[in-house]
Amino acid sequence: MDVESLYQDIILDHYKHPRGRVLLAEPSGESHQVNPTCGDEVTVQVALDADGHIRVGYEGQGCSISQASASVMSEMVDGVDPREAESVRRAFVELMHSKGAAEPDEDVLGDGIAFVGVAKYPARIKCALLPWMALHDAEVRAGIDTNAEGAQA
Amino acid sequence: MTPTLDVARIRKDFPILSRTVRNERPLVYLDSAATSQKPLAVLDAEREFYETANAAVHRGAHQLAEEATDAYESARARIAAFVGGRPDDLVFTKNATESLNLVAYAFSNASAKAAHGGDDLDPRFILSPGDSIVVTQMEHHANLVPWQEVCAKTGATLRWIGVTDDGRLDLDELDSVIDETTKVVSVVHQSNILGTVNPVRLVMDRAHQVDALGVVDACQSVPHQPVDVNALGADLVAWSAHKMLGPTGLGLLWGRQEVLSAMPPFITGGSMIETVFMEHSTYAAPPKRFEAGTPMVAQAVGLSAAVQYLEDLGMDAVAAHEHRLTGAALERIGALRGVRIIGPRENVDRGSAVSFVVDGLHPHDVGQFLDDRGVAVRVGHHCAWPTCRRYSVPATTRLSTYIYNDESDIDVAVEGIVAAQKFFGV
Repeated sequence: MDVESLYQDIILDHYKHPRGRVLLAEPSGESHQVNPTCGDEVTVQVALDADGHIRVGYEGQGCSISQASASVMSEMVDGVDPREAESVRRAFVELMHSKGAAEPDEDVLGDGIAFVGVAKYPARIKCALLPWMALHDAEVRAGIDTNAEGAQA
Repeated sequence: MTPTLDVARIRKDFPILSRTVRNERPLVYLDSAATSQKPLAVLDAEREFYETANAAVHRGAHQLAEEATDAYESARARIAAFVGGRPDDLVFTKNATESLNLVAYAFSNASAKAAHGGDDLDPRFILSPGDSIVVTQMEHHANLVPWQEVCAKTGATLRWIGVTDDGRLDLDELDSVIDETTKVVSVVHQSNILGTVNPVRLVMDRAHQVDALGVVDACQSVPHQPVDVNALGADLVAWSAHKMLGPTGLGLLWGRQEVLSAMPPFITGGSMIETVFMEHSTYAAPPKRFEAGTPMVAQAVGLSAAVQYLEDLGMDAVAAHEHRLTGAALERIGALRGVRIIGPRENVDRGSAVSFVVDGLHPHDVGQFLDDRGVAVRVGHHCAWPTCRRYSVPATTRLSTYIYNDESDIDVAVEGIVAAQKFFGV
C-alpha cells in the first residue's frame, strides 16, 4: 500500500475537474459539513424535480479526497430516484468502513470504487465521507424520505 | 560558546525513532510541537516509581505512602526550579488546557459567587459588563475558547491584539487594546502555528500598567528555550509535560504566590480542602487547592526525569540547536517554488514550528505524501483556526523539530514536498 494507490487517477481527475459543482437555484434542503481537524468544508443542497428524482448541488473547499468524493457523489446521485441514491450512499459508507478489504461494485458505485484505498487510511475516511454525510443531512432537512415506497418531498 | 547537541547520541535514547513506518521507511519525526517523543530515562523513571514506590500521596501512614509523597513533591521542586519558580507556586493539572481553564474559571467562579453575595473574593477576579479580557489573534484554542466562555458568563468583552502580515503581534495596538477596562491579558509566548516568539514581557508590563492580571501560554517555549517565569513578568504561566519529553496526562500552572492565593478553586472535592462541613467547606492553600482528587504522581516523576534530561543537555544548547534547524527549514522550504511560509520568514524571535502552504495542494494531501516517505508532520488548523483565517488559508502543513532532529530530516521533508508537487502536477 502506498500513496499512489490512495490517489488513484480517477480521484485526481475528479479533484482537478469536479463534476456538477454548482449550487441549486431552489434547494429544499441544505447541509454544511466541516471536518474540524483539517478544515475541509462542503455544502450540499438537494431538491426533488418534477419526476421525483433528486437534484444535487454542492460547493466546498478542502483536500483532494473530500472534493473528489463530492464530485463522485454528484455524478452518482444527481437525477436518480432518492431510494437509489440512498443505496449508493450506503454502499459508499460501507466501502469506507471496509478497512480497504472490500471489492466494491462498480455498477453501484461508479467512480466511487476508486476510494477503496482511502479506507486504509483512518485519518482520511472522514474526508471521503464528508459530502455523503452532508447529502444525508440535506435530505433529512428537505424531508426527502429515502427509504419508504414512493419517496416524496 | 554554547555546546552543540550530539544528535546521534541523543537519538539512541529514543527507541521510537529507530522504528520504520509505511513500507519500511525510517521514521522522520517532525511533529514535536504536537507532542515530543520520550527518552528511556523518562520511561524508566515512571516504571521504577510503579515498581518500587507506588502508593497514594499525602495520606496513609505507611512507608510506601511516604516514599510516593516524597517522589511527587521532589518532582514538583525540580520542575519548579527548571523555570525559576518555587515548589509551592507550581500546580499540577491534567494538561495545559486544564491549566488555562483553571485560570479562566477563577474569574467566572469569583464573578458568580460575587453575584450571590460572596464577600471574601478578590476584586481582581470579579468581572462584569464593561470589563475586558485581552488575548491575541495567534492563540491556540485553549487560550481563546475558555475566555470566550468567561465573557459569555460575566458580560465582559473579549478583545485581541492583531497580527501583522509577517506573523508578528501588532504592537501598535497594544496601548489601545489593553486599557483601563482590562482585567486580564492572556498571551502565547511562542505560537504553535506561526512559530513567533512574542515579547511577552512588554505585554505583561502593559497589563500591569492598567492593573490587569497577566497570563502566559508557554506550551511551546518551555520545552525549547530557557524560560524564567519571573523574567516573563507574568502572574500565571501554563504549559504541558508531554511537549518537553515528559508523559501525557500532566499539565503545569505556575503562579505568583499572592495571585494563586487569591484565586478560588476550579475542580473541587478531595485533597483540596482545609475543613468540610455539611453546609460549606474551606480550602487548602495553593498548590493543593487546585489539585483535587488523586494526582498524576507517576507522570510528575516522569516529567522530573525529563527536566533532568533537558538540564543535562542545557537549555541554551537546546535553543541554539533549534535555532539552526529553524534557519535551515525557513531557508530550504522558503526557497521552494509555489510554497508560502505562514509566519515570520526571518529567523529572529522564532521558534521551530514552520507552517507553510503549497499552491494548488491542500495540506492534508501534502501531509499524506510526506507520511508515505516516513515523514510525520501536522496538517490542519493546529487548533488556531482564527489565525488561519487571518492569513486566508484553510489549514497549513507544519514541520516542527526538537533535540533529536537534524538537517537531514528537513531535507527528507523538502524532497517530499517537491514529490507531492510533481505528482499532483502543480
